[in-house]
Amino acid sequence: MEAFAKLVDKLYFTSSNLAKSAILRDYLRTTSTPDKGWAIAAIAGTLNFDLFKRKLIKDLVSTRVDPVLFDLSYDYVGEMSETVAHLWPTPSSKEDKKTSKQLPSLDELVNSFKHSNKQQVEDTLVELLDRMTADQRWALIKLGTRGLRIGLSARFLKKVLAEYANELPQNSITTEDIERIWHGVEPPYLDLFDWLEGKVDKPDVSKKITFQPVMLAHPIGPDELAQINSQCWQAEWKYDGIRAQLVCNENGKALFSRTGDDISGSFPDLLESIDEDNISGVFDGELLAMQATQINSFNQLQQRLNKNKPSKKLMQEIPVGMMLYDALFIDGIDLRGQVLRQRVLTLTDWFKKQSIQQPLIKLLRLSEPLLFNNLRELHALRDKANTSNNGFIEGLMLKNSNSLYVAGRPKGQWYKWKRDAKLVDAVVMYAQRGHGKRSSFYSDYTFGCWQDDKLLPIGKAYSGFTDDELKQIDKWIRNNTIGRFGPVKEVKKELVFEVAFDSVHHSKRHKSGVALRFPRIHRIRWDKPASEADRLTTLILMIEE
Amino acid sequence: MQHPRYWINSNENGLYCEALDAYIDPVNPVHRAIITHGHADHARPGHGEVYATPETMAIMRIRYGDNHAEKQIELNYSNNISLRNGSLMFKPAGHILGSAQAVIDHSDHRLVLSGDYKRSHDPTCAAFEVTQCDVFVSEATFGLPVFKHPPINQEVNKLLTSLALFPERCHLVGVYALGKCQRVILALRELGYHKPIYMHGALLKLCELYSSYGVTLGDMIPVTEVESLKSLAGEIVLAPPSALHDRWSRKLPNVMTAMASGWMQIRARSKQRKAELPLIISDHCDWPELLQTLKQVNPQEVWVTHGREAALVHQAQLMGYQAKALSLIGRSDGDDDGE
Repeated sequence: MEAFAKLVDKLYFTSSNLAKSAILRDYLRTTSTPDKGWAIAAIAGTLNFDLFKRKLIKDLVSTRVDPVLFDLSYDYVGEMSETVAHLWPTPSSKEDKKTSKQLPSLDELVNSFKHSNKQQVEDTLVELLDRMTADQRWALIKLGTRGLRIGLSARFLKKVLAEYANELPQNSITTEDIERIWHGVEPPYLDLFDWLEGKVDKPDVSKKITFQPVMLAHPIGPDELAQINSQCWQAEWKYDGIRAQLVCNENGKALFSRTGDDISGSFPDLLESIDEDNISGVFDGELLAMQATQINSFNQLQQRLNKNKPSKKLMQEIPVGMMLYDALFIDGIDLRGQVLRQRVLTLTDWFKKQSIQQPLIKLLRLSEPLLFNNLRELHALRDKANTSNNGFIEGLMLKNSNSLYVAGRPKGQWYKWKRDAKLVDAVVMYAQRGHGKRSSFYSDYTFGCWQDDKLLPIGKAYSGFTDDELKQIDKWIRNNTIGRFGPVKEVKKELVFEVAFDSVHHSKRHKSGVALRFPRIHRIRWDKPASEADRLTTLILMIEE
Repeated sequence: MQHPRYWINSNENGLYCEALDAYIDPVNPVHRAIITHGHADHARPGHGEVYATPETMAIMRIRYGDNHAEKQIELNYSNNISLRNGSLMFKPAGHILGSAQAVIDHSDHRLVLSGDYKRSHDPTCAAFEVTQCDVFVSEATFGLPVFKHPPINQEVNKLLTSLALFPERCHLVGVYALGKCQRVILALRELGYHKPIYMHGALLKLCELYSSYGVTLGDMIPVTEVESLKSLAGEIVLAPPSALHDRWSRKLPNVMTAMASGWMQIRARSKQRKAELPLIISDHCDWPELLQTLKQVNPQEVWVTHGREAALVHQAQLMGYQAKALSLIGRSDGDDDGE
């Protein structure tokens, strides 16, 4: 545990990727297997259970620290684990023991929590926190509540693992190799490390029901757009649902989100419609609210998201389906090494063949490429997306017909060309301090539009501005505070933000009756008087049905 | 019998003491100012009369010129001076060279204004003296229980360990020019580091001043006098925080950026400062020191200013004192990285 705490501490403060890689590889070289596997899992965020709950930490600290002082500290630090790490009182009797007695290894620690009942978990946790330094406490709480974010992407971690493996001269393992088995191996990754360290062959995950990392698109810029032609590029509607991967073979079936979360539980209706005895493959597509031939808006789909075990009623009211646009595997054949043009042909053939055996795949549909002969026609398609108000098209996808299926966001292969954002001028009403990197800065803003002479909040945003702008807004907030509600500051109703958003919907949850999709700060209108900000009625007119 | 609440108030210039007809650390030019110490947010130029310790006055002359105030009245620690209806005395505050608590007596009541202060070891200045009083006005820069600053040796050792581990890297340490800089140098010397320490030009004058008051800082070389900057690999370079990520630092070889400040205890703060090697070194009280001081001074009443007032007010009340926050105009709620 000591080594792990040191590792995450070093990684946290190191900014160069080169140095991060060196630190990690050094740790991997000097740490034994179950331990380093758990460490990798903690950093990658792949631990699939909490060692203890956040709530337990909160309860424990609340019996040890004055609640007012805790709240003030938490507000200032901007992060729960660190606040607790600093505030946890060291019992005076243990002051000396602290340094002498070693902490358990990571593996011992994980197992002792995993195989404990509630009371034992609490006792172990208290005993550990009592003995630890503030830095160690921080690492433990982050590990235990699966909240370790130290600026290392999963992709980067896999790259480091490949570099680590290739320190052995006989190895030649690529990041992609690791990427492809990653979701088929589990913490503490014994088989993975045995392979990386040259002791066994690559783990076989082909028959497992696991997520395969997806290919992502870049936003398109004017230079890239000029390169697009109908010979080498395929255009499709960009559907406004959630990216999903359907994995299905004789061993089972599952639905994954774009980040690899298993979302099968939220969409049992979709999965039930699929006959795993006859369908085998890994399919890439968009999950949408769908009814027979009609696609419904994202707003509808939203009511199905994050609902494990949805009620029958909800499933009947808002049925879902999946729009397929790519395939990684079909009938056991890995298609990722083939070009998009070929993959789409294979997928289309397969889909037609399956469709004859209706209703086996009645909830699956095929995204048809859009026809265009030149850029002018492509622009016309985008205009169509721009003006469509069906609520499920959010732009165009442009894909290189010769692109292989590569995990991550490879350059020059796939582009998204989103609809123009909608804009509204709103007045800042409240601000809250940010978390993590922005701790102590007032970076989360609630803003509103006018109804008669009153402002009603329409949304919150915490992105879209530069670091310099953040500093300016932060200063403005501090100088214009007129009230406080716990961590929330109320400010003078004087500063106008031009807020960009993708769409606006009716919402019963908000007093204003509207909810914005993906609001972000587009411009700060230091020049604009608050009275000239938009009225709520303007926003209501922008609602699509 | 007049309680201090009748003769102390605050306005747009800062804290005003009616009994002495003087402002304490005012933010604007005033006719009479009592200056607790030389940091820029406390000592400003352009006052009519200034009362300060000789060291503080010397610092103000370096920063603002010989004519920073029309009348400059130097007052040694523990000496009394009568002003209008009361009297003023300075007691050491342990913050930086010349830093003082202002002890004000009027009609059988004593108020002590701590200024900025600390209780931990600092050989560059006189140690804080506990002074009994009716009302104690305490700063609260680090007035939250999360702040527990480790001993300075532990932090400076971090720097020395890193230097041993990465002898190829130039260790650039961000320090405030007044106080922190000299304290870090002295701590390095106490731990047996006797190599020359390289300095950003902005730090030199105040180091000379400290030396003239008998603080022995050892061999210091301005970076501008170094022939080959490559030779600074494995050396310690001190610079003001603003220079850490400035063009100035880009010419240094393979820099490891360290920052010495009490704020470094909070991870996100260190990140915002882009400090790879955060050194938690503070010239203010941490939370336990604030509490220790309240207990020792044991006043009837505690007023809290400058920083996170709410927590210390709450804590003082828990300890049985009458307490209130004294909000001063012109002071932010203390989040900036001031000295």
